[in-house]
Amino acid sequence: MSVRVQTQDFDAGAEIAALRRSDPRIGAVASFIGVVRDVNDGDSVREMTLEHYPGMTERALEQIVAEAKSRWDIIDVLVVHRVGRLAPADQIVLVVVTGAHRGEAFAACEFVMDYLKTRAPFWKKEATTEGARWVEARAADDQAAERWEQ
Amino acid sequence: MDQSEAVKGAATAGVTTVTVLFFARLREVLGCEHERVSLPPGPQTVAALRDHLRARGGPWEAELGARKAVRVAVNQDMADAGTPLIDGDEVAFFPPVTGG
Repeated sequence: MSVRVQTQDFDAGAEIAALRRSDPRIGAVASFIGVVRDVNDGDSVREMTLEHYPGMTERALEQIVAEAKSRWDIIDVLVVHRVGRLAPADQIVLVVVTGAHRGEAFAACEFVMDYLKTRAPFWKKEATTEGARWVEARAADDQAAERWEQ
Repeated sequence: MDQSEAVKGAATAGVTTVTVLFFARLREVLGCEHERVSLPPGPQTVAALRDHLRARGGPWEAELGARKAVRVAVNQDMADAGTPLIDGDEVAFFPPVTGG
């Protein structure tokens, strides 16, 4: 299991290759990449700044990954999340889950993202054509996380 | 140990001083990144700390009011109003998270 918080960009192909390397048990790799959109709530986004809570962020991500591993029969999980200043089309987050079969890998990947969106201490501030603003949490994200409780 | 004994015990051990951190919009509006805060006598909990900070008035009253969506972590684990505090704890207040 690996969790990283960093300012620099990531190479998803290289990360996946490293995670798969010499593990012949792996039959499925599911991955998700989150990207900065150029429009949010109707305004053009020029730039975004991601703030986090150093220490707690890594701890929260590790707990989410541990929870995913206890719920699904998967082999490994990688989470890379960027912080600092980002521009539209920049990559924000990468989640990769490896497993023997696709069903468990798909589900675990979605679960990690849903929990990350509601439990990991990151905050986005957007610079838009209408000025700077903190992004508000969305009810849809809470609902997405809650469906895993059922 | 009942509650009055717990309070007495805390009092004899000295004042509970915690490090308080603020993040994102709260940090900006309160103009504070971190500070050391000593709790007044009484229950030593997250709720008591929040009330104590709110009593400063102005943006503190407005931002830490009961109806505001404020999340709390104690020693980097999510906590709630009833979470007990001890001397040296790290308490963070922040808005609902928006990463990913």
